[in-house]
Amino acid sequence: MFTRFNTGAAALAAVALSGTLAAQTAWAENAVSIGFQQEPTTLDPTSDATAAIDGIVTHNVLESLTTVNEAGEVFPDLAESWTISDDGLTYVFTLRQGVKYHDGTDFDAEDVKFSYDRAMAEDSENPTKDIFKPIAAVEITGPHEITMKLNNKDAFFLFNIARGDASIVAPESVDANKTAPIGTGPYRFDGWTRGDRLTLVKNPDHRDADKVAMDKVTFRFISDPAAASAALLAGELDAFPGFPAPEMLPQFEADPRFVVVVGSTEGEVILAMNNAKPPFDNLQVRRAISHAIDRGAIIDGAMYGRATPIGSFYPPHGPAYVDLTGQYPHDVAKAREMFEAEGVSGSTMTLRVPPFPYAMRSAEIIQAQLAEAGIDAKVENVEWGFWLDEIYKKQNYDMTIIAHTSPNDMRNFARGKSYFYGFEDPEFTALWDSISTEADDAKRTSLLQDGQKYLAENAIHGFLFQLPQLGVYDARLQGYWSSSPVLFEPLSNLSWTQ
Amino acid sequence: MNARLPVNILIGAALVAVVMFAALLSAIWTPYPYAGIDVANKFAAPSGAHWLGTDQLGRDLVSQLMAAAGNSMGVAVVAVGIGCSIGTALGLLAAAKGGWIEELIMRLSDLGFAFPALLFAIMLAAAFGPSLSMVVIAIAFINIPTFARVTRAAANQIWRREYVFAARAAGMSTFAISRDHILPNIAAPVIVQATIEFAVAILVEAALSYLGLGAQPPEPSWGRMLAEAQTLMYLAPQLAVWPGLCIVTAVLGFGLLGDGLRDISDPRLARRRPA
Repeated sequence: MFTRFNTGAAALAAVALSGTLAAQTAWAENAVSIGFQQEPTTLDPTSDATAAIDGIVTHNVLESLTTVNEAGEVFPDLAESWTISDDGLTYVFTLRQGVKYHDGTDFDAEDVKFSYDRAMAEDSENPTKDIFKPIAAVEITGPHEITMKLNNKDAFFLFNIARGDASIVAPESVDANKTAPIGTGPYRFDGWTRGDRLTLVKNPDHRDADKVAMDKVTFRFISDPAAASAALLAGELDAFPGFPAPEMLPQFEADPRFVVVVGSTEGEVILAMNNAKPPFDNLQVRRAISHAIDRGAIIDGAMYGRATPIGSFYPPHGPAYVDLTGQYPHDVAKAREMFEAEGVSGSTMTLRVPPFPYAMRSAEIIQAQLAEAGIDAKVENVEWGFWLDEIYKKQNYDMTIIAHTSPNDMRNFARGKSYFYGFEDPEFTALWDSISTEADDAKRTSLLQDGQKYLAENAIHGFLFQLPQLGVYDARLQGYWSSSPVLFEPLSNLSWTQ
Repeated sequence: MNARLPVNILIGAALVAVVMFAALLSAIWTPYPYAGIDVANKFAAPSGAHWLGTDQLGRDLVSQLMAAAGNSMGVAVVAVGIGCSIGTALGLLAAAKGGWIEELIMRLSDLGFAFPALLFAIMLAAAFGPSLSMVVIAIAFINIPTFARVTRAAANQIWRREYVFAARAAGMSTFAISRDHILPNIAAPVIVQATIEFAVAILVEAALSYLGLGAQPPEPSWGRMLAEAQTLMYLAPQLAVWPGLCIVTAVLGFGLLGDGLRDISDPRLARRRPA
């Protein structure tokens, strides 16, 4: 029951860039060095919500039954093919044969059942248990055939089981996956020096091994943007997807050695309001806050113009997107009037901000904008652990700023009052139920549009912008994704141009 | 003492005067509100409207530097003030009482000295959350042993003077002697020390705010401005230059002033100086 958040945390400590570690000639030996801002907490995507785990392990070391491409389309992976019954409730997967885990054991239907039963168990640690909720039973119907029965139709089912949360693990090796994951993927886990780097090496026994160009992939964990920039310029890193400092990009754009890629993510950045707590339980107050916010200035000031504004909770690149950014035009006088009418003018609100550059910078601007409208917002920069505990779990906050990076996460509004939004409306819950069970694309699109309009109409949160995927890459590197429809990205397509 | 004032005093005093003036003025006037955001006007070049231009959020640089000077001086005055008061009182007590009390105070001072200031500040920030108040407490704390030592050493000399013996013979209490005879005579070294500690306090505040442990947004601070300018070096290097220059000016000013004052107040150095 956990939404993933972009945790591109800017730690204060600059990472020391040791000269002796530099100049590993990645170019020559078909290796690549990739910079990550966030270091994974563990290496098991089925037990921890940290997004960096998926970025490294999912579909590289561990595989799932299905996979997703950059456009968000579903493809077979460990399941070779599948059939769906007419009522949409029974899925029969034909599994790939001859697949072996990195430790030499065989992959079969038993492993699939084990993995799903483990994720669905009462005491499961799985961070996204609700994607397994529709599953009534997982049955082995042949040595290489699995049948899943659903309780209700789920339009996102095949997409969801591509996620790291639904990785297929082996009962023999599952316990060690947190530190040394063993899967069936094109890369094997090689080593992890905490605080510094993690290496993967090519799995020569993988079915697609002849198409995998990079023999070795090194992930370096550098949280400080200035240090990351220095490492790129020094040639220590070949790629930095999710670069945290948009203001540093012009430097790389001007340098022919690098390519700057601006893509999209599923991350809606919102000014979340605690709907369970006065005055945010008052629709007029929430609307007034929406009027007080100037998205243009936030995007310009916090993201240096590199983000798309959103007026509701759905990514602008998605097929069902409706532009609702005009619903509450920036109007200080109107906001001020509305605050006065509701008797909250001049009151103090806290804005507790997690330690990510996009959030901290937006907070400073929003604070100034609310001040103009007569609200005194106190900004508190808090640690990520504190944020998860106090805000996410205990709902102890007025307002916060956060990017929701999971796909299809409009479901958050149907999670009830125990979710940190403090929001519940049977009308929306019913709407989400019909969205998630609607199999017809056109009908689902129309329902998703209703959902966006509902959220904007009720101004549940201040909807700010879609988090961009800002990547800096060596100009000779190819085969990476510019956009992130999911939290993982396959490394098997990476290669050097001649 | 009819010699001209040493050059370092003159330069130091001039630099300090500039910073002090900016700091005091910022309390009643800055060209713009220091936190006034105007994103459309970011990275503006110096002009009549914005003398040093604007930063990444369109905030006026002069206003921010002035308000930061106010903050920096405020922290230094309060922190050194507290450290000096407590430290001097302890030093006077040690010199007056002698014996085990003196031993205890001096050994505790050694303990205080052993504590690196930055480490102590980081510890406080971790325990109570980062804020300027924590910076003040940290700087005040590390100042106590310094002033206790300086005071005790100077006071011990005065206690051996004849007029102190006379006052004692006349039945004056230890407290009254410390207040009326010792304190006025040790004022010079304490003031010199305070001036030097000012420079240290400004540096520590800037360092802690740079690390995110001091001033929190939108509170202005030279250190925080430097930290924010770090990733902007390519786009707008001037944003790092100005707060850097301000820190140098303030620290150099108090440093030179303190050194100069020590020179003229130290009789051994004064005698060596040609007439």
